[in-house]
Amino acid sequence: MSSTETMHTHEVNSNLPDDNGEELLPSDDHHKGNIDYFNHSDPHHPDHLDAQGNKVLGFFVYLMTDLVLFATFFAAYAVLKVGVADGPSPKDIFDLKFVLVETFLLLISSITFGFAMLGAYQNNMSKLKLWLMITALFGMGFIGMEVYEFHHLIVEGFGPDRSAFLSSFFSLVGLHGIHVTAGICWLLFTLFQLSKFGLSERMMTRLRCLSLFWHFLDIVWICVFSLVYLVGVAL
Amino acid sequence: MEAIFGRLSLEAIPYHEPIIMAAGGMMALAGLAVLIFLTKKKLWGVFWHDWLTSVDHKKIGIMYIVVAIVMLLRGFSDAIMMRTHQMLANYPETGYLPPHHYDQIFTAHGVIMIFFVAMPLVVGLMNAIIPLQIGARDVAFPFLNSLSFWLFVTGALLVNVSLVIGDFAATGWLAYPPLSELTYSPTVGVDYYIWALQLSGLGTLLTGVNFLVTILKMRAPGMNLMHMPIFTWSALCTNILIVAAFPVLTATLAMLTLDRYLGMHFFTNDAGGNVMMYINLIWIWGHPEVYILVLPAFGIFSEVISTFSQKKLFGYVSMVYALMVIAILSFIVWLHHFFTMGSGANVNAFFGITTMIIAIPTGVKVFNWLFTMYRGKIVFGTPILWTLGFIITFTIGGMTGVMLAVPGIDYVLHNSLFLIAHFHNTIIGGAVFGYFAGITFWWPKMFGYRLDEKWGKRAFWGWLIGFFVAFMPLYVLGFFGMTRRTNHYANDVWQIWLIVAAVGAFIILFGIVSQLMMFYVSYRDRERLADVSGDPWNGRTLEWSTPSPAPFYNFAQLPVINDLDALAHLKDSGWTSDKAPNYYSPIHMPKNTDSGVIIGLLTFVFGFAFIWHIWWLVIASFLVIIFFVIREANKRDIDYIVPVDEIEKIENAYYKRLRTAHAGDGL
Repeated sequence: MSSTETMHTHEVNSNLPDDNGEELLPSDDHHKGNIDYFNHSDPHHPDHLDAQGNKVLGFFVYLMTDLVLFATFFAAYAVLKVGVADGPSPKDIFDLKFVLVETFLLLISSITFGFAMLGAYQNNMSKLKLWLMITALFGMGFIGMEVYEFHHLIVEGFGPDRSAFLSSFFSLVGLHGIHVTAGICWLLFTLFQLSKFGLSERMMTRLRCLSLFWHFLDIVWICVFSLVYLVGVAL
Repeated sequence: MEAIFGRLSLEAIPYHEPIIMAAGGMMALAGLAVLIFLTKKKLWGVFWHDWLTSVDHKKIGIMYIVVAIVMLLRGFSDAIMMRTHQMLANYPETGYLPPHHYDQIFTAHGVIMIFFVAMPLVVGLMNAIIPLQIGARDVAFPFLNSLSFWLFVTGALLVNVSLVIGDFAATGWLAYPPLSELTYSPTVGVDYYIWALQLSGLGTLLTGVNFLVTILKMRAPGMNLMHMPIFTWSALCTNILIVAAFPVLTATLAMLTLDRYLGMHFFTNDAGGNVMMYINLIWIWGHPEVYILVLPAFGIFSEVISTFSQKKLFGYVSMVYALMVIAILSFIVWLHHFFTMGSGANVNAFFGITTMIIAIPTGVKVFNWLFTMYRGKIVFGTPILWTLGFIITFTIGGMTGVMLAVPGIDYVLHNSLFLIAHFHNTIIGGAVFGYFAGITFWWPKMFGYRLDEKWGKRAFWGWLIGFFVAFMPLYVLGFFGMTRRTNHYANDVWQIWLIVAAVGAFIILFGIVSQLMMFYVSYRDRERLADVSGDPWNGRTLEWSTPSPAPFYNFAQLPVINDLDALAHLKDSGWTSDKAPNYYSPIHMPKNTDSGVIIGLLTFVFGFAFIWHIWWLVIASFLVIIFFVIREANKRDIDYIVPVDEIEKIENAYYKRLRTAHAGDGL
């Protein structure tokens, strides 16, 4: 095997080390000039199912599919925002100060989730749990404000069935809200599981995935805030 | 009553439609026959433990293929009905299918053939073969794989239930609004369509994530990307496309759902809705979908041609590049499905040119296949017949595709039978022939015996001749100006060609019956056709190094890969299938779980409740689904270690079979 090909193999296979920090592949000299046809694996480490590393990559790929989902709703909003049908336009209904508070609640919750993960890496269960709970509270605050905003609009007669603009607005922001709600439920479930199972290798993987999910929603919200609210009021 | 049953009532069953009731009765009888068979033979335990709850990719693959073949029969019945109906529907006759029923039939035909025949054949073959080809013991997420399969089954069930409870969409297979909006489709037909596609599409999306990670992370040591078998490459491209395109389908269907259920205005005529946005979005998913279907078929043809020509695939690297280029280009051609939208000359020119450019990498592949055969020792087995039939048929389909890519021509041929002939030409002659080649090629690996050649060849000729007789007339009819989805007409010139097309459909029927005979005869003669060595075709890739069928752990020891065509390389360096390794190591395997089948069937209840507006059942089934998800997430006991003596027992039995067979050869 030429050296470039060997590097290639590593590049693909080792972007996520397994939990012992080992490379997934046997080192080069293991199969360089190997006269045996098969890989005699170590019986105490009996497989190549690097389940935990695969899960993080798999979850990341799922997040990318979620990103495409959001992108489609963003595209629909961009097309339909002119379809106000004599109803309110973005400028009439967006309250930037309100949304800024909402935005900061979510942004801060990303920081607190970061503190929780630091606790997890330090194997400090009480720190981890405390920051997770604080994160959940910020998340609930964000959702509460969003529900209030939606309720307020519907009561005024500006519900999602009023115009195509409102349909796409409610769906895009609502889709994000449903994701955050699911994230909070998952977070509470994780707190329950942490009490039950402790900070095992599997729980660590799940925390990593949940943290990816939470930060991902934060990034999507920044796009919502900029492209929906800021642009909506500016134009 | 409405609180309990929603919109569901006994009137939803179409008693007065004899054709529907007969079809439903047939399906019920077939289902009953299976249930009685399982009960009589006391097979329920085996069925549940070894199949329904299995997370073994090989079994899941087989289940996908079985369901696909059953659905093929249903979709083909629709096709025969349409062909015979149109053959008869010349003025003053109006055919035997009333318009509303006829509209449901062409919709169901398209939906079933794409989503519930072609997709499961792709996913089934990937399941059956990919882990074996890359030297893995299972896919990356075995439970998710089982769940994907059951979500797909849910979709298939919903389509079949719509036959006897309520109706199916009468909108065409992509359910364009405003026709699919509540105003113009007030029945549950479109709701069946939405939920069947939404749930099975979710399954496909999870499959895409699963196989992407499997191919990227689970390859045997030493197998770098450019050592991967070409079918694995094609599957990698397909899964990239699934992951990138299917969320768009999910989103588009969700918007249509919101329009229909909550009175929103994404695609309505009034209140600012934009109908053309639906058509853009659905084709942003739909065009990659075409390549999701055909790329794995290209991979299968490449494997078959190289194996049956007994030499290396010509131009492997250019094949890989061609696959990737097609995968990327497939995202920038979608507008050619609606040149007549009126987006202007420049936009149409852009999409016309990108469409024509796809013909270049496809042409590269065709030449590579031809050069692989050139000076090869071709063995004319059934798989290579499908391949040769494909090269000719697909090339014709490709050329008519380039014709349609010219916007000026498209304005004339848009929505005519010319288009129908073109896409059947590529989907049947390209994708479906490929799956049949793949099924014949890998059948011994899946079941341990080869398929009968005599019936296999009959099936091939039935399909090939039937295809040309059935679809070439449609090109002519397209030029004559006959539009697709026509219920009845007044034109004697058309009728002659429609009669020829109907004859073609019956020749294809002969091909399908031959395939069923092939399965039966091969099972009956499985001793004669047994594949003892696990390598019936002198194969070149890793899956042929395992026994047929492969043991549940696939490889007693993981191979180390040093080259492309791993097995050919091993054979060159002295490897033979009858040499047992010196020792075995314990193997780590996932345990079966019933969560996949339970959650899958609950999503059926969930979808059914949504379709009929039975809100309490929507909530209840959703909560139960969450309960089972939590149960699965809390499970600790999800894997186990296969001890060495069990592996030894299984492997020794295989080597004993091999020796007995060799002794028999000597006599």
